[in-house]
Amino acid sequence: MDMHVLLFALFAVGAVASAVLTVTRRNPVASAMSLVAHFFMLSGLYLTLEAQFVAAVQVLVYAGAIMVLVVFVVMLLNLGNEHRLQERSSLRSVMGTLIAALFAVQVIITLLAHPTGMNAMSPQALTIGTTESIGQTLFTTYLFPFEAVSLLLLAALIGSVILAKRHVK
Amino acid sequence: MLVHYLPLIIMIAIGAIFGLTNIIMAEILGPKRSTRAKLSTYESGMEPVKSARERFTVKFYLVAMMFILFDIEVVFMYPWAVQFKSLGMYGFTAMILFMVLLFSGYLYVVKKGALKWD
Amino acid sequence: MEWTKLLIWVAKGAILVNAMLVSAAYMVLAERKIAAWMQNRVGPNRVGPWGLFQSFADVIKLNLKEDIVPAAAHYQFHALAPIIAIGVAITLYAVIPFGDYVIIGGHTIQLGMAPNMNIALLVILAMTSVAVYGITLAGWSSNSKYSLLGGLRSAAQMISYELSMGLSVVGVLMLSSSLNLSTIIRSQADLQWNLFYQPIGFLLFFISSLAELNRAPFDLPEAEPELVGGYHTEYTGMKFGTLYLAEYANILSASALMTALFLGGWDVPFLPKLLGLQPGSIELALLQVGSFLTKSFALVFVVIWVRWSLPRFRYDQLMTLGWKILLPIAMANIALTGIGILLFKH
Repeated sequence: MDMHVLLFALFAVGAVASAVLTVTRRNPVASAMSLVAHFFMLSGLYLTLEAQFVAAVQVLVYAGAIMVLVVFVVMLLNLGNEHRLQERSSLRSVMGTLIAALFAVQVIITLLAHPTGMNAMSPQALTIGTTESIGQTLFTTYLFPFEAVSLLLLAALIGSVILAKRHVK
Repeated sequence: MLVHYLPLIIMIAIGAIFGLTNIIMAEILGPKRSTRAKLSTYESGMEPVKSARERFTVKFYLVAMMFILFDIEVVFMYPWAVQFKSLGMYGFTAMILFMVLLFSGYLYVVKKGALKWD
Repeated sequence: MEWTKLLIWVAKGAILVNAMLVSAAYMVLAERKIAAWMQNRVGPNRVGPWGLFQSFADVIKLNLKEDIVPAAAHYQFHALAPIIAIGVAITLYAVIPFGDYVIIGGHTIQLGMAPNMNIALLVILAMTSVAVYGITLAGWSSNSKYSLLGGLRSAAQMISYELSMGLSVVGVLMLSSSLNLSTIIRSQADLQWNLFYQPIGFLLFFISSLAELNRAPFDLPEAEPELVGGYHTEYTGMKFGTLYLAEYANILSASALMTALFLGGWDVPFLPKLLGLQPGSIELALLQVGSFLTKSFALVFVVIWVRWSLPRFRYDQLMTLGWKILLPIAMANIALTGIGILLFKH
């Protein structure tokens, strides 16, 4: 069997399994760790698409930064008895199932629309995913969005301080 | 190309197997004579008082939040740094603008005392 | 063809892990000997001549110790934490180039598992950012006050210093225009070491590495007088040994990374040309690996030296240093490097 397909299967199954674990675990820390594993699998999937930079950033930012915050919150809040937190109403679970079903239909339609073209990769994929080419396009074609991001980050910075400051003082 | 990353996956596997072997060795080898006192949580020789998992100060949360925001900034710098020589003066100005905006945010955070530990 | 390649990688990985284990064993001994020497003591001297086999005796002892997991602890996570710690530590070795390449019988063999990876440096930074979980989980799962405080402290410390660490390498990237460690090393050939162009970057990287490694003077997560053992208070036997091993594995990989980024990696100035060594010859490969390891272990010595010379920071001082001093300096360093390159290289 082709190594490429084998690895894709490994990451895809791993990603789905860890995602399911994230949702089903009662223990919040177990959930968070499954999500970290899920991000690793996603990073592997990016690698199969030759998106090297995105794959590394996936781990660096999501698994290494955002999930640290989640783990902190889990430890800070110490919800304690998880049974108390169980959903009483089933409205949310019904809605969740509905949205998941809709998404599944969407995926199936997409797959049916491209019965053959899905596995063909653009020949440029090899060079597009490198850090160098991302740097080149980011600072020429997409310069404005890049500068806009700094404003977004600034707003987030100020917002988080304002939110947290209420509790510090 | 994916093949170039195979060593990384192999090394992760080797590391996990090595760690697992160590843990299993720790479980198998060695005596098993546990007593209630031995299995109690260490608290300088006292009986443990209350649970360890209490709420912590919000500062830890704030530090993690700041970290995410600045980490994203750092991530933007890598593609820029790699292309710096070909982007030249133009890229330099673009990044300085980006950094100035974020640095003003940083100054705000410091001024507000969000990073003060006392 | 693919299977032989796979086999070579697995073999290289096994060699690397074993070499790392032996190095870690002797680093522990070196640490104890150097500490003894600095404090006018003798140090370990019973197991073998000059205590040379002390670490191996320790490993056997750790394996034969009782494995005590507190009843209040979360058993699975308590066992998982050391696996994460050592797994991450070992993974880093995959991308470190110990030498250029060697040609044996017409086959080109790279001296390292994946020395030419395009995003090697990003992989290292990503994996070190994940290393937080090993320590945090160890602290949380033990359900002990000391462990939890140590784990939380260490997580906050590691993420704070990761920023200045990440920013301090940007200057190096600007100079060598690559994230590939082999390319970075080649760009420093013939004593064009980044240390001379990026002295501030090197200092920042060294300080943040010490904090990342939880080494003195930043060893607050396991500060004995206040936290007993920190995050590994509730660990015994080989589970403790694995956490301990991960620490030393990280010291070595951090030193190797500093060598690659700032000290020219395997570069030996002038000597290969003087001796007329061909690229790919076994002699040159040996010289390169020797030079890389010498530089790395010299840095390991400095790390140990610092531990036994400097007192521990207070936690607020530590956070102030990371956020209010190192971070602005790192940003200024990038701007300065940019101006320098624009002025002189064009």
